[in-house]
Amino acid sequence: MLRSKSLSSKIADVVLIIILVAIAITCILPLWYTLSLSLSSKTAAAAGAVALWPVEFNFNSYQQLLQDSQFFKSFWISVQRVVLGAGLNFIIVPLMAYPLSKTVKDFKGRNVLMWTLIFTMLFNGGLIPLYLTVKAYGLMNSIWALVLVGGAQTIVFNIILTINFFRNLPSSLEEAALVDGAGPWYILTKVFIPLSIPVLATVSLFSIVYHWNEFLYGLIFMTREEFYPLQTYIQQLVVSVDPSTMTEDQYKRLSELSNRTLDAAKIFIAMIPVLVVYPFLQRYFIHGITLGSVKE
Amino acid sequence: MKSKGFAKHYYFMLIPGFIWLTLFSIVPMFGIMIAFQNYNPGAGVFGSEFVGLETFRYMFELSDTVNVFFNTIFIAIMKIIGNLIVPLVFALMLNEVRYMGLKRSIQTIVYLPHFLSWVILGGVMLDIFAYGGPINQMLAAFGIDPILFFGREDLFPFLVVGSDVWKEFGFNTIIYLAALTGINPALYEAAGIDGASRQRMLWHVTLPGIRTTAVLLAVLSLGNVLNAGFDQIFNLYNPLVYSTGDIIDTWVYRAGLLNLQYELATAVGLLKSVAGFILISLSYYLAYRFTNYRIF
Repeated sequence: MLRSKSLSSKIADVVLIIILVAIAITCILPLWYTLSLSLSSKTAAAAGAVALWPVEFNFNSYQQLLQDSQFFKSFWISVQRVVLGAGLNFIIVPLMAYPLSKTVKDFKGRNVLMWTLIFTMLFNGGLIPLYLTVKAYGLMNSIWALVLVGGAQTIVFNIILTINFFRNLPSSLEEAALVDGAGPWYILTKVFIPLSIPVLATVSLFSIVYHWNEFLYGLIFMTREEFYPLQTYIQQLVVSVDPSTMTEDQYKRLSELSNRTLDAAKIFIAMIPVLVVYPFLQRYFIHGITLGSVKE
Repeated sequence: MKSKGFAKHYYFMLIPGFIWLTLFSIVPMFGIMIAFQNYNPGAGVFGSEFVGLETFRYMFELSDTVNVFFNTIFIAIMKIIGNLIVPLVFALMLNEVRYMGLKRSIQTIVYLPHFLSWVILGGVMLDIFAYGGPINQMLAAFGIDPILFFGREDLFPFLVVGSDVWKEFGFNTIIYLAALTGINPALYEAAGIDGASRQRMLWHVTLPGIRTTAVLLAVLSLGNVLNAGFDQIFNLYNPLVYSTGDIIDTWVYRAGLLNLQYELATAVGLLKSVAGFILISLSYYLAYRFTNYRIF
């Protein structure tokens, strides 16, 4: 590429890089601050003395956290939910995407089924009907309420991504398998799935992050704290306020009374699983998002 | 082709997924009947007394609902604008960086907040903007009195929009960056030979190259006009800011699940679902007309 290397151009480069780095720092600074806060003393945190480095460095809040059995119970519920939710997603997505990636010529009912699927993605009955339905199924306080309700709302998007990926695979692959006498189940499991690891990894990671982060269904479908997944548990501790009217003074006092170092420790621990899968996630999602586009 | 008789197997593959979606997406849709009933939990959706549009009439008489609809649209539109422009500018800046290692590190960092939940980031935000938190400490250094940021109804919508743009701008740059890499390098070379400056290349090569993507994103964002972001606001708001911060989804949650006004909450939710469905369908149609984009 021909680009001039004049002095003004170099200065512009330096300024640009400084601005970009500054913006990038604002994206991790809040997380860093939370870590610092969790490692500071309670009094320093309450006095607002913590900035970028822990003040009176200690692990007290993490020791306190170890005694909180509900935190670990909720953590375990979230882990189970992620495994079940992402596992189910991994099985159902290719099973639905494969037939629906066929043309109407090969699979007559395809368009009707596809539109039904799209309709469930675009329209919903709202929160109250959903709540009453789950209640009627007897799934209150069951982990399956979390797995199945959340999954049903996110799976269609994952199926569409996968359909588009399947359609971009060379059709000669399937034709060759057909000539060899392969049936649909064989083609799906031995030809399509092995070739679709990038898209299946993408949708699985989306599913993992979704199930880890979702908190509302834990709040409405679980009637007792002991059944809360981790995000719901933290939501209730850290940011929940009395929904009745409150005055400014009450709100101010509430933020002063709360145990900020312990809350920060909980927030930080809840972040860790996402930080751990993030490198894997990053490898795939950029590709995964652009996969979704249809080639004409 | 030997794929005759495969249709039977295709249906078998689709059965588990469609049962799932029927139970958890389609069945709850029948619950919208509650909006037209005097709902009696004992009699259920099919046994309750039918009252027609009574609930809707009552709904429009409440000053609450009008306010809530206004807040939703106001916050959502500001978010749409911010989430279209900020990532575009950031992607253009990033595109000028020629040190690949630096570019990639910045990308890695700015994508991260997208994957953290609003429970976590809400907790972090409330900490940072707390009465004795670091932002107020910084303001104090300039002699400004501490501000109760998340207790101020005049500031709340802007804090919500700002923090949402902060969380999502990195992730939203991905699509722009993909479009930028799609621009033919020969165009830059030709412009360079003709003596074009960097600014002129930006104006005459880069911007036209991503115009289609920008138009597509703008059109698709039409579907979000009623989505002000439940997760975020639920984790940041409090009774002090209901007048400007309460949105349809948070209101439905409180009316339905805390105050048990099932009919009213269902009616408001239904109105949102129907309007949202129309908007998304319209956006898909327009996207198809203008940019030939199809979701499947």
